Amino acid sequence: MAKEVSPGVLALRKVVDDVYADARKAKAEGKLVGWSSSKFPCELAEAFDLNVMYPENQAAGIAAQRDGEIMCQAAEDLGFDNDICGYARISLAYAAGKRASRKIDFETGEFVIDPNSGKPLKDENGNIVIDEATGKPKKDPKTMKPYIVLDDIHEIEALPEGREKELRLNAIQPYKQMRIPQPDFVLCCNNICNCMTKWYENIARMCNIPLIMIDVPYNNTVEVNDDYVTYIRAQFDNAIKDLEKLTGKKFDEKKFEEACKHANRTAQNWLKVCDYLQYKPAPMSGFDLFNHMADVVTARGKSAAADAFELLEKDLDKNIKEGTSTLPFPEQYRVMFEGIPCWPKLPNLFKPLKKNGVNVTAVVYAPAFGFVYNNYDEMVKAYCKAPNSVCIEQGVDWREGICRDNKVDGVLVHYNRSCKPWSGYMAEMQRRFTRDLGIPCAGFDGDQADPRNFNEAQYETRVQGLVEAMEANKK
Amino acid sequence: MSIYTMGIDVGSTASKCVILKDGKHIIAKSLVSVGTGTSGPSRAIAEVLENADMVREEMDFVLATGYGRNSLEGLADMQMSELSCHAKGASFLFPNVRTVIDIGGQDVKVIEIENGMMKNFVMNDKCAAGTGRFLDVMARVLEVRVEDLGMLGDESTKEVGISSTCTVFAESEVISQLAVGTDKRDIINGIHKSVAARVVGLCHRVGVRDQVVMTGGVAQNHGIVKALASQLQHEIHTSPLTQYNGALGAALFAFQKANK
Ligand code: SF4
Repeated sequence: MAKEVSPGVLALRKVVDDVYADARKAKAEGKLVGWSSSKFPCELAEAFDLNVMYPENQAAGIAAQRDGEIMCQAAEDLGFDNDICGYARISLAYAAGKRASRKIDFETGEFVIDPNSGKPLKDENGNIVIDEATGKPKKDPKTMKPYIVLDDIHEIEALPEGREKELRLNAIQPYKQMRIPQPDFVLCCNNICNCMTKWYENIARMCNIPLIMIDVPYNNTVEVNDDYVTYIRAQFDNAIKDLEKLTGKKFDEKKFEEACKHANRTAQNWLKVCDYLQYKPAPMSGFDLFNHMADVVTARGKSAAADAFELLEKDLDKNIKEGTSTLPFPEQYRVMFEGIPCWPKLPNLFKPLKKNGVNVTAVVYAPAFGFVYNNYDEMVKAYCKAPNSVCIEQGVDWREGICRDNKVDGVLVHYNRSCKPWSGYMAEMQRRFTRDLGIPCAGFDGDQADPRNFNEAQYETRVQGLVEAMEANKK
Repeated sequence: MSIYTMGIDVGSTASKCVILKDGKHIIAKSLVSVGTGTSGPSRAIAEVLENADMVREEMDFVLATGYGRNSLEGLADMQMSELSCHAKGASFLFPNVRTVIDIGGQDVKVIEIENGMMKNFVMNDKCAAGTGRFLDVMARVLEVRVEDLGMLGDESTKEVGISSTCTVFAESEVISQLAVGTDKRDIINGIHKSVAARVVGLCHRVGVRDQVVMTGGVAQNHGIVKALASQLQHEIHTSPLTQYNGALGAALFAFQKANK
């Protein structure tokens, strides 16, 4: 049964699709395309009309498409340690030209199908069809997939024009994240984390392209003090000069102001959408926010993103009025999901939540990406506040705020093996949540991109334990 | 008429069953030293029924717990996590318990208890250091039986430090200690301290309140219990039924369900 997708969600998907398509088109027309960290001030790139791709978003997509492991391994083969963030490994492998590709039989030109892939075939009554010859369930041929192998775009491009080149180009996985243009420059802001700095330096060196860097020091205090603003503002100014040099164009203030306006409107609408999770029961599955983050990351400086969130708001409003929800089961418990999901294991992550009636009604991305500003200095301050650049007091405050507002019964913490900064302080945060909010917390091990770091049975036990503790707590 | 309930704890390394009469009296128990994915669970069930001289149909409610609980769908009426069951079992054996430490075959849990119910918990990360499996590996390297570790460690006379961070590293440390002729008993004592250090870290994350009860098979190793008590600076209680604690908790929950 196909799920019905609301106009808002469709619009949000289109915005992201367009960002990817526009970048491919720009590259084809010989224009510059850059890669940017998710919290680099996109307003600057917009002011120069630059097309930008976002490796974090790309890596999440690749991981969700189950190609995280082959790409991570490719990076490890290049010498990057498997302790490095999975997003970084995927992105570095991609930057080096590595591609996940469907295996080809060069004689026939067809893909080689993996006999172990695919789902069981069902008859019209929904019963599994058994193959009489083997006694095992038959596979639905529509769901069977080719073997996935690693290919190299540089190698392919060096081939003479002809059949092999064509076949190999075509065999690269067709989804948009495996088909982004190689970068002509990189924009890095380490407000996300410090792994970012080395990751982007490596890309710049590997591809021999300019790196425009904005350094945001870690905030030891809740307020961003003026010295920080002076220091970071100077870097913003410098980045503008670098971009002028790169593009040969003058900084366009008007376009910059436009982009700021859009970014503010996107942030406001994003916050409004997130606030719908305060309703009990909620009109949506909070897990959806992780998908909508793609828009906040790749298009927050564009009016289309702000508009799409407005549409989604209308959908949610309708759900509230009609008493419906996009959550595919009745909401019995409400939790905050802390951290990035395990993208390659999304169905496994969701299954025990569904089984136990647990809806995610809070994620830290809501406050962390909903920043609104009125002037240049405030904008600088806003970029100081990313989940891993704020002190623990601020981090706890954000989270406890949404836990209270969104009325959660417990917290599920993903100890994400990829993200050291995000996971490192979690044990202490968890302790504070229980102390301050009186709710149970459960942590599980996993990884946002590398499926080798997640164990389903361990996860299920922790979710069930959390549910039982939430139940006991209600009594 | 009496109510009979069964609790089944399908762990990663052992299967345990308890039959309870009226939610109060243990009338039979069984233990088979293989766990999920083996014949262990069904053998344990057959055995406990035989010990009680009863049949499955006479059970008013059967509740499964443990790592392999979901493999018993159909056999059991309901599944619950081993966290709640350990909390329940420990509260039955020690009514004043506030903290339960359970070292199982492949995980460690510390459970905070309030009024006999689980309030919060923490578990180990996916690393096996500090779990029952860790001790199995060490016993194998040392060529001793895992049951004898407690007794042997008692006879230690010298401090030997063993890393607490990783099973693989600890194993090679033990091998190099053996290579230089260190007394096995001192190494064993070092291993106990290393397991305890790992678990203490988890305990502090939930907070330790008296009474502290240790459950699970590893609680039979008094070397670990002693090391843990001294590092935690709390008295630790154990019961001779420690290995059955999860199954007991499951049988108690089963009684509640049967009574509803
Ligand atoms: S914040 Fe974490 S997940 Fe994101 S890039 Fe840095 S290390 Fe990776």
